[in-house]
Amino acid sequence: MKKWIIPWMGALLLCPSWLWACTGNCGDQWAVLTPRGTIAGQEKTLILTALGLMLLVVVPVILMTFLFAWKYRASNPRADYDPDWDHSPLIEWVVWTIPTLIVAVLGYLVWTSSHTLSPYRPIASSQPQFEVQVVAMDWKWLFIYPEWHIATVNRLVIPAGVPIHFSLTSDAVMSSFFIPQLGGQIYAMAGMKTHLHLIADRPGVFQGYNTQFSGQGFSGMTFETVATSGEAFRQWVHQVETGGQVLDRATFAILEKPSINEAPRLYSLALPDLFDSILSKDTTLRTMTSHSPAPMTAIED
Amino acid sequence: MTPAHPPLELANTGREQDHDSVGLATFGFWLYLMTDCVLFAALFATYAVLHQNFAGGPTGKDLFDIPYVFVETLCLLLSSTSVGLALLAMQRLDRTRLLYGLGLTVLLGVGFIGMELHEFFRLLSAGNGPQRSGFLSAFFTLVGTHGLHVTVGLIWMINMILQIGRRGITLPIRSRLIRLSLFWHFLDLIWIGVFTLVYLMGVRS
Amino acid sequence: MEELIFGRLTLREIPYDNPIIMATLGGSTMLLLCIAFLIWYHGKWSYLWKEWFTSVDHKRIGIMYVVLALVMLLRGFADALLMRTQQALAEGSAQGYLPPDHYNQIFSAHGTIMIIFVAMPFFIGLMNIIVPLQIGARDVAYPFLNSVSFWLTASSAALVMLSLGLGNFSHAGWSGYPPLSEKYYSPGPGVDYWIWGLQLGGVGTLMTGINFFVTILRLRAPGMTLMKMPIFSWTILVTNVLIMLAFPVLTVVLALLALDRYTGMHFFTNHGGGNLMMFTNLFWIWGHPEVYIVILPAFGIYSEVAATFSKKRLFGYTSMVYASVAIATLSFMVWLHHFFTMGAGANVNAFFGIATMVIAIPTGVKIFNWLFTFYRGRIEFTTPVLWTLGFIVTFCIGGMTGVLLAVPGADFELHNSEFLIAHFHNMLIPGALFGYFAGYAYWFPKVFGFKLDETWGKRAFWLWIVGFYLAFMPLYALGFMGMPRRLIHYDNSHWQPYLVVALSGTLIIFGGILCQILQLTLSIRNRARLRDETGDPWDGRTLEWSTPSPPPAYNFARIPQIHTRDAFHSMKKQARRTEEVDYEAILLPRSSSLGPIMGGLTFVLGFSLVWYLWWSAILALAGLIGCVIARSWDEHTEEELSAQEVRAIETALRHPGASVSFAEKSPPIQNLTFERSPLP
Repeated sequence: MKKWIIPWMGALLLCPSWLWACTGNCGDQWAVLTPRGTIAGQEKTLILTALGLMLLVVVPVILMTFLFAWKYRASNPRADYDPDWDHSPLIEWVVWTIPTLIVAVLGYLVWTSSHTLSPYRPIASSQPQFEVQVVAMDWKWLFIYPEWHIATVNRLVIPAGVPIHFSLTSDAVMSSFFIPQLGGQIYAMAGMKTHLHLIADRPGVFQGYNTQFSGQGFSGMTFETVATSGEAFRQWVHQVETGGQVLDRATFAILEKPSINEAPRLYSLALPDLFDSILSKDTTLRTMTSHSPAPMTAIED
Repeated sequence: MTPAHPPLELANTGREQDHDSVGLATFGFWLYLMTDCVLFAALFATYAVLHQNFAGGPTGKDLFDIPYVFVETLCLLLSSTSVGLALLAMQRLDRTRLLYGLGLTVLLGVGFIGMELHEFFRLLSAGNGPQRSGFLSAFFTLVGTHGLHVTVGLIWMINMILQIGRRGITLPIRSRLIRLSLFWHFLDLIWIGVFTLVYLMGVRS
Repeated sequence: MEELIFGRLTLREIPYDNPIIMATLGGSTMLLLCIAFLIWYHGKWSYLWKEWFTSVDHKRIGIMYVVLALVMLLRGFADALLMRTQQALAEGSAQGYLPPDHYNQIFSAHGTIMIIFVAMPFFIGLMNIIVPLQIGARDVAYPFLNSVSFWLTASSAALVMLSLGLGNFSHAGWSGYPPLSEKYYSPGPGVDYWIWGLQLGGVGTLMTGINFFVTILRLRAPGMTLMKMPIFSWTILVTNVLIMLAFPVLTVVLALLALDRYTGMHFFTNHGGGNLMMFTNLFWIWGHPEVYIVILPAFGIYSEVAATFSKKRLFGYTSMVYASVAIATLSFMVWLHHFFTMGAGANVNAFFGIATMVIAIPTGVKIFNWLFTFYRGRIEFTTPVLWTLGFIVTFCIGGMTGVLLAVPGADFELHNSEFLIAHFHNMLIPGALFGYFAGYAYWFPKVFGFKLDETWGKRAFWLWIVGFYLAFMPLYALGFMGMPRRLIHYDNSHWQPYLVVALSGTLIIFGGILCQILQLTLSIRNRARLRDETGDPWDGRTLEWSTPSPPPAYNFARIPQIHTRDAFHSMKKQARRTEEVDYEAILLPRSSSLGPIMGGLTFVLGFSLVWYLWWSAILALAGLIGCVIARSWDEHTEEELSAQEVRAIETALRHPGASVSFAEKSPPIQNLTFERSPLP
């Protein structure tokens, strides 16, 4: 079975080799290495560039280790032996310089890429930005589309080729919003708003995760991201609007209760400033008071 | 029988390092104070982060009574002087004055702690306890940690008074008194930081 | 009323319904009872109490630290095995065999135990045993404080172990991020066990840090300037500076979380003016230096091993010293790289990214210097050397992935994934644990007077290194597949094969651990054959090898005069036999039962705080204060060994034959105390 052979070989041949093999044509399961958006593409290039630069030093060092260990083994009488040799200005100079040079190059890379890939930086595009508000809840993702007056749970639908601006917060504990094939992650924290700019180049379906451990239902806090054409997106919105489910105060109170492995849900939105009231910890929304018993016990079923 | 010794060149005497036990203890204690400094630095930093997080509750301006805290501060500053005088008496091996000095320090220290507790109770009874806001949590914790240190210092000082009474001014007791006075002066220094950064700057903003 | 007496402790807190925990609990209780019975049967309890538990001898305290670390290593490894098995099974419709609340405790306990109760006591133990010997001192600066430190660590380890059977351990991860670790989201006793386990042990570690810093700065033998000090002592010196600067911050951050949980304050809460980001900052201001606290001592061990077994001076000693100091300094400037994804600005992220990479420079220099120590040497491939070589190769890979994670743009894709898990295990296992194993094999003959079995040691090494690659390289791959860390279940059939390979690696490591247990057992059984009577089995270069093995309580009957860096090596070369030695009386610190008593009270204090038993918490605290006061009244903290007694001990130890005969029937350490016991 091919599926089983690759990891064994990969493990044996260390990471660089299979990484090399994967940079070419590997399946979509290599999410980080098969970017489907500009940001993720740049991040992949950055990863491979940095790795390549470091391999310039790491590979010779590993080879030197084996070489020196073999050549200067005690049973080899032909090798030089110089028991009092402990200093060489030339070597010392070289061993401080080489890592410094590599780090200088990498440092330059870090400085420029940190700015171009900053999650807060809007993506330059002829298209206007598409707004999505993301709320991490125990234990599901709530996506609010403020311009379209709809909201979804554990399913994110976005138009392809349009830069997306995510505003994130949390209704409960800290979580991390991550769609590897579109680009890097950002934390969602209660009472705070973070931002993330991503884009999907073409239509497709991408897996999304919470990567920050958040309690019992953490593993099930995944969602599918569907990138569609603009036309298909509008049709989908229409379907949601007429689908019947409405996110109002009562529905939100139910939604807010901790739950595990939530199936995707679609709502038309009756609370226009839901995101801001979650952000400002507006207690009129809450059914639970701040000192109610722990939510842990409520989800045993 | 002469032991077959390894080829070691021996130092003139091995006892050299045993001698300066007072210096050794003082040095270690001084290092402890530095780690305590880091601890207070972290608490000051916490206070700096939270000092505007009133959560709709009262601000420093509403709560702090500067003249009251000034008297409290004077108590502690004077106690630093009295512990210094006590140390001078110790150097002269003047047991009576040493005990007077320490006794005065204990009184001033108890006065300081009493005033602090009174302030805390005043805040608590008005509903402005540490649960009220991030600002008050940081305030109570920073000031309270200092107060806890002073209390430990007081227990220590009373213990020293008993030891001096029983044993006189022996070498271990002198060593302990040197450390105690370092501790006391250190707490004074921290309090000056608290008074300035928490109280004085708190009523300004 | 019941609440006043029992707090929130009820019999329901014992997890009867979890067969895995109950079986473990039953098994370990049986084992403990058996050991206790055997000790009683052989009448050794009073020996253990008098000669070990109450001892303030740095060598014995060191041995107890190492034993604690090894026991906790087994616990931490069992957790790893459970986790790997769960992840290998739980794909798609399969749910694995662990319920979520148990799994979440396991990974939290695994991290906490491996860092705080394996890595820390292991290197602290080695440093206790070796540093005073290496710098020519008779003991540490504050021997009694040393004993208290150990007992604080041991009792907090016991507290963490107890959480297995009574209540539960934290499920909020080893780093305990709020608000998940706040009372609102984690009301049970788990997080409290975590807080007090770390807090009380942390206080012990802080005292150790002060103790060894003073020891190294003030108690070196005459002539040993700082730049003539053995490199292991240098890394320990730097480590202790890090401990003194970092651990108070841990104390504060845990105290603040405890105040939130116990008194309803608002430091890290979601509402009421708390700020959870402050926790992550404070935690990692301690947490990142902590990584170097456990790694730097291992670097020192590698340096000693490389020089000794290449039969050569350490290459670039000065560079090594400066590199250690540079690493320590930089370690306080990089904490933010643990949360690039928190939304700090690009400038901040870039600054911390670059600062992190700069650490790679001194670390790289160290790697090169080890290589050039081997260069033109005569390398003997003993077990410590194998660990060193395995470390160099493996650490290079870990360092590379670490620098990769220091690039914020790359970190966004790899943070919190299995890639991160692979990376830090790739740093800490070779960077710390392999080093401690090397030190364990290297210094074992110094401590017990006989070597460890080499064959089984090498087998252990090969299983560990092969197991390591199988266990962690697949996790790098999973990181590139986007797999988040800490999953109990996943729906992705592509991930499963890699997790099965990782499990197989873990099982191979288990084989390595079994080899190590066997190695120790066989070595004790064959100790006559493995005995070293010279005190210097490896042709060592530093002062610890000049003492008999095991060294007498006072280490050095006469303090040596130092002229050179590899002091003992050059003394051997000059081969000057001292003819007649004038011995002099030696002051030794007396054993004290206050150490274990304070440890016990600390345990009671922690336990009471976890379960809201306020009355016993107050009693325990009062007891602790009472102990300190009692100690201050004790005037007989030292005892004198007369010159004649020193001469008698030295003659017995140094004279061939004498040491063999009395070592036959009992563990060698005991003999020295036999020499000491007739004293008042």
